[in-house]
Amino acid sequence: MLWNAVLLALRAVRRNALRSLLTVLGIVIGVAAVIIVVTLGGGATLQVTQQIETLGTNMLILRSGQRLGPGMSSTAPQFTQDDAAAIGRDIGGVAAVAPSSTQAVTAIFNNKNWSTAATGIDNAYFTVRNWPLASGRQFTPSELRAGKAVCVVGATVARELFGNGDPLGAMLRLEKLACEVIGVLGAKGQSTMGTDQDDLVLVPLHTFQRRIAGNLDVKVIQLSVAEGASTEKVTREIERLMRERRHLSGNEENNFNVMDMKEITSMLTGTTQVMTALLGAVGAVSLLVGGIGIMNIMLVSVTERTREIGVRLAIGALARDVLLQFLVEAVVLSSLGGVLGIVVALGGSIALSRMMHIPFVFNGGIIVVAFLFSAAVGVVFGFVPARKAARLNPIEALRYE
Amino acid sequence: MNAASTPLIEFRQVGKVYGHGQGAVQALDGIDLGIARGEFMAVMGPSGSGKSTAMNILGCLDVPTSGSYLFDGHAIEAFDQDQRALLRRHYLGFVFQGFNLLNRTSALENVELPLVYRHVRRAERRARARDALAVVGLAGWETHTPAELSGGQQQRVAIARAIVTQPAVLLADEPTGNLDSARSHGIMELLVNLNREQGITILMVTHEPGMAGYASRVIHFRDGRLDAAAARSAA
Ligand SMILES: Nc1ncnc2c1ncn2[C@@H]1O[C@H](COP(=O)(O)OP(=O)(O)OP(=O)(O)O)[C@@H](O)[C@H]1O
Ligand SMILES: [Mg+2]
Repeated sequence: MLWNAVLLALRAVRRNALRSLLTVLGIVIGVAAVIIVVTLGGGATLQVTQQIETLGTNMLILRSGQRLGPGMSSTAPQFTQDDAAAIGRDIGGVAAVAPSSTQAVTAIFNNKNWSTAATGIDNAYFTVRNWPLASGRQFTPSELRAGKAVCVVGATVARELFGNGDPLGAMLRLEKLACEVIGVLGAKGQSTMGTDQDDLVLVPLHTFQRRIAGNLDVKVIQLSVAEGASTEKVTREIERLMRERRHLSGNEENNFNVMDMKEITSMLTGTTQVMTALLGAVGAVSLLVGGIGIMNIMLVSVTERTREIGVRLAIGALARDVLLQFLVEAVVLSSLGGVLGIVVALGGSIALSRMMHIPFVFNGGIIVVAFLFSAAVGVVFGFVPARKAARLNPIEALRYE
Repeated sequence: MNAASTPLIEFRQVGKVYGHGQGAVQALDGIDLGIARGEFMAVMGPSGSGKSTAMNILGCLDVPTSGSYLFDGHAIEAFDQDQRALLRRHYLGFVFQGFNLLNRTSALENVELPLVYRHVRRAERRARARDALAVVGLAGWETHTPAELSGGQQQRVAIARAIVTQPAVLLADEPTGNLDSARSHGIMELLVNLNREQGITILMVTHEPGMAGYASRVIHFRDGRLDAAAARSAA
């Protein structure tokens, strides 16, 4: 009986092919929208997590001033190398401490200029940022101590200034400083904020302080928390230590801040998830509208086929046979819409993820859910018309013109 | 079913009123009627005399507004929609006055339809529907839709649909109304055969005395009542 009803329904759909197509358009759009949004959202979330992993997930960033962002309080004192040393010495659970300072510079090689950023570091930076070299070597202890004129270039700088040539051994000018390239960093790609992480030149911190910045400030202290240690605990201890070193009294606010990359990860993925949920809701509304469209056309269909229903009832169909027939027809209609929507969504999300440079992550779960949902829309919105058909009086239905 | 002594079908003071108040029409008025198993009864009477109304009630499509209709001893007024549908499904075959075939559906599928609701398997359904169409002289017309058939052909499809289930009771509302005389006699012979050989009880409305002649009994309606005088004069 059920199979019969499905065949009948398919025939009815085929008979009114154009009308059926227009009817299910809402479902098609709704299903496609939901799947595309969820798929792209998943891709974006994956991208964000991957990018943050390139930063190192167990990384803490210590800055002067109260909040991150451009409005940093300028009155707060800067850190020094002693602060970094104190953290490494006094706080347990810290794997590596990397003090650094950054300044915008123009890098010149031969007659090529490139605006980039010079960052003064020590070798802990490579560990904390989890950043291997593509070629060359790190700084030697004596280079670091003496503040030698040597540098490691990021992949973008290497590409822009040296093209396909080998930068190792070349002499690069950073403002007034001429330094020898001793290493090239591996490529990290874009950051979560969309900036190019590979656009920088690393020099020993001493070199930076003396020859580029002209002061002994340490702008940022990045540190990695040891495997198994609690980032919350380390954060609390750093705050305590810094308050002490900066002589802050009990009720004064911190004039520095500690950022936890894990927090930032969850914040950013949280944002994409909220976006996904919102856009998914829009898709769901369109499914609802599609369902109403199906209800409308099924009501028309029941009216058109009143005599047919009368005949069926007269020759032995039970009310529930008729109910099933029309319910199945609505479900077949909406499921066809669902299948069409899935096809559209797969094509759409592959194309869009290419355009938006987001990885395409196939999500079988959402496809199954969307299909079941479209079928459920048929059940819900097909019920009223089907019940109307089943409740017809056979005699009156037969007389209907 | 019960012993042959009780009538298969019995009307007790059956009345049917359409509408209410001023516009009410008394289509049937206190009909008493018994039909035995295996009878072939013709129903005659002028237009509007209540023949179709009586057939609808006999066919369990409609219920009387007064009196009682007993089918094999069961009072049909007490049946709900589904019980009456099951009774139609398993015991009754109906040839409607207006054929009532499904449009855009082949003759074969129209004839198959009652078997679908009897849950007969597809292959058997096909075979039986073909046979029924052959019996009414429509072999070769299986794939034609009602729109592609003449009025007489449509009527024969309707007859095939009614007999394909070999019902206990066949109700036919003017089954030869659109047929030429030769075809009409052919259909009558078919009905007589079904009645004699398969013991199908037949109730047939007709306007033509020639057709009524095939029946074993003829009743006359006039203004919603049985017309005994007309019955006597015809006999
Ligand atoms: N559904 C209905 N609503 C109102 N009145 C009806 C209805 N059906 C039949 N009638 C009325 O009941 C009376 C009997 O009608 P019925 O159809 O039984 O006549 P009939 O004997 O079959 O006539 P015909 O030979 O023309 O088919 C008529 O007066 C008709 O107008
Ligand atoms: Mg009539």
